[in-house]
Amino acid sequence: MKLDILMVGVGGQGTVLSSNIVCDVALANGFDVKKSEIHGMAQRGGSVVTHIRVGEEVFSPTIPEKSADIVVSFERMEFLRYDEYYGKETTLILNTQVIAPPTVADGSAQYPDEKVAQTKKIFSKVYETDAISKAMEIGNPKVAGMVILGILAKAVPFKKEAWEQAIKDRVPPKTIDLNLKAFDIGYNI
Amino acid sequence: MKKVLSGNEAFARAAFEAGAGVVSSYPGTPSTEITEHAAHYKELYTEWATNEKVAMEVAIGASLGGKRAMTCMKHVGLNVASDPIMTLSYTGVNAGLVAVVADDPNMYSSQNEQDSRHYARFGKMPMFEPADSAEAKRFTKEAFDLSEEFCTPVLVRSCTRVSHTQTVVELEDRAEAPHFEPENNIPKWVMIPANARKRHRIVENRLLELQELAEGDKYNNYVIRDKSVGVICAGVTYNYVREANPEASTLKLDMVWPLPMEKIKKFSKLVDKLYVVEELDPFFETEITAAGIAIEHIDRSLCGELSVDAVRALFNSEEYEVEPDMSLPFRPPSMCPGCSHRGIFYAINRLKLFVTGDIGCYTLGLLPPLKAINTTVCMGASIGMAHGLDKASENMSEKSVAVIGDSTFLHTGINSLINTVYNNGHSTVIILDNGITGMTGHQPNAGTGCDIHGAPTVKIDYVNLCKSIGVKPENIRVTDPFDIAACMEVLKEETSKKEPSVIITNKPCIFADRSVVDKPYFIHEDKCSGCRICTRLGCPAILWKEEDRVAYIDENLCTGCHLCIKVCKFGAIEQRSK
Ligand SMILES: Cc1ncc(C[n+]2csc(CCOP(=O)(O)OP(=O)(O)O)c2C)c(N)n1
Repeated sequence: MKLDILMVGVGGQGTVLSSNIVCDVALANGFDVKKSEIHGMAQRGGSVVTHIRVGEEVFSPTIPEKSADIVVSFERMEFLRYDEYYGKETTLILNTQVIAPPTVADGSAQYPDEKVAQTKKIFSKVYETDAISKAMEIGNPKVAGMVILGILAKAVPFKKEAWEQAIKDRVPPKTIDLNLKAFDIGYNI
Repeated sequence: MKKVLSGNEAFARAAFEAGAGVVSSYPGTPSTEITEHAAHYKELYTEWATNEKVAMEVAIGASLGGKRAMTCMKHVGLNVASDPIMTLSYTGVNAGLVAVVADDPNMYSSQNEQDSRHYARFGKMPMFEPADSAEAKRFTKEAFDLSEEFCTPVLVRSCTRVSHTQTVVELEDRAEAPHFEPENNIPKWVMIPANARKRHRIVENRLLELQELAEGDKYNNYVIRDKSVGVICAGVTYNYVREANPEASTLKLDMVWPLPMEKIKKFSKLVDKLYVVEELDPFFETEITAAGIAIEHIDRSLCGELSVDAVRALFNSEEYEVEPDMSLPFRPPSMCPGCSHRGIFYAINRLKLFVTGDIGCYTLGLLPPLKAINTTVCMGASIGMAHGLDKASENMSEKSVAVIGDSTFLHTGINSLINTVYNNGHSTVIILDNGITGMTGHQPNAGTGCDIHGAPTVKIDYVNLCKSIGVKPENIRVTDPFDIAACMEVLKEETSKKEPSVIITNKPCIFADRSVVDKPYFIHEDKCSGCRICTRLGCPAILWKEEDRVAYIDENLCTGCHLCIKVCKFGAIEQRSK
């Protein structure tokens, strides 16, 4: 088995928790796993990328070109920056939330909606969701990442129980129910 | 028990398991989290020091006192700590002393790409280079033993891809460290020339003994696979090589200094073609070639980091470069909404001052629309450079300021300010006191009021400090950085003086003190004239709606800092009611 997952987003979106849970689940299933992050600086707003690699024996901490099995984009356009990693075998999990880059925010550039639409066509499968609205349905936009994790969980061959256990281990005890609910929403999309 | 740990967690765990007693460091990406994690082990005394030289000296003292000691820093931190470590190499240690130094190939968050391996050769000290978290833990633990056995400081080299990569690690218990009494041994510890001459001989001998260790079975082993290709490599590069060319025979250098030349020679005879694959400088290549061992030279760039694809390209003699899609709108890091640096930078921009800058979140003042940083060299450089500018020209001090963060000022800025005052300089220094070390992830410092654990401690009084250095009290101006008009006034007054001045801002980083976060603001579309002045603050929460030609505020991002209302001339911005 080989599973390469690229997670991309914008600083402050909380991709770290989700990717930690993926590692726990892979380890619990007896696999080797590596996760490499470039989280930029402490300020918010920069582009962030995480490579997760699962297999019998993983060498490089970063994913080679064209070999991502799944790309998870926590922001609508962010996956466009990492096109060297995906190809027509890749699955895209896309959160449709838009966070305007500074030049879009000040009106000097356009948000690349057209390019998003075109590039999506490359992927073998696309799961698209507005995770924030889904999370709002259960009353808390902060668990949007869990909704996305639920979608990811459905797309990879690990048992649901392993995911639930990893979530229980990683989130603050008081928020376990909320997080599991959000995970379920994603899992059942 | 197996766990997935980052390299940095593994370095901290190693100190714990090795029975270490003291960890003293100064933050710096990608090494910062080692010390943050060390602080979670109550068995370790852990502290943030004011700079890397101090941290190194604390570690030396702890070793002298009989406790295993560790200090961790980014690559450029070792420049700051190089003075003590170069002579520590002569004195040697008492209890084990390990320095972890994290390089940053590709400069994800650094000002240069220096290769720390040179320090091992320069200082005649052994250096390990782990490839993943399991090795980070193993090598660091063994480094403590080695340090004691050979009476030497031991360097462990990390890099961004080791420090910030999580891999599977087997956790072990904390061991009892060997017992060392505090040492009082003058010929060993007092490096006057007569003693140092003797110690230098010991250092040269030690290096030969370490070389024997490097030649042994414990480290630096080769595996013969396909005999046609042999590759010498180390650290994370080993993993790239294994994946790019799984059949190649490899000699993995666990210890990157001193090098096992006999073993390398042996390996070279077992393979048809011998290659060296390394990131950054041709360190192994130079040494191995100088030892008269024939290697196939690979023509490669000495810049940036490797990857599986980059290593494949090296073997295929291809150029490898990923071209970023320039048509996409960039997402550079920017000062956060509510950042206390923004207002005063806006004022500096308005006055068109020349800014000798420094390193910290405020370096982002370089970016448009603020564009108010003209130089960045190294931590602390802003003040000395402003003084040099002043001495080199008639009136530059009237048109320029030095800008430095609180942590950076305490790191290496103070000495420069003393120098400016002592030498009758005229420059104006702005200390951006946001109460925290922001850039590296909000570590407390001597001006915060608490220690690494959040426990209360003494808080530096910058005003009195500057007074005691000799800055005139009337030239020390504490200023609210959100009050743009006041900032401009103070800046004009202080830069016009033919005397040294210090302007100290007094608002916290929004992450250091969440109590400053307030209800968000919003813009009345009907009152907005579309003049765009608010967008020139460079606040990520203020956006522009092209269709309606009005500005609007993302209320999820706004922290209610009130800066924008100070620039709006139409009263269009208002706070949500409490
Ligand atoms: C010698 C050295 N050590 C550490 C660093 C990493 N580093 C960059 S900026 C910074 C501190 C910034 O803190 P401060 O001056 O308080 O400014 P802020 O980021 O809070 O605005 C550090 C530790 C470095 N670049 N060089």
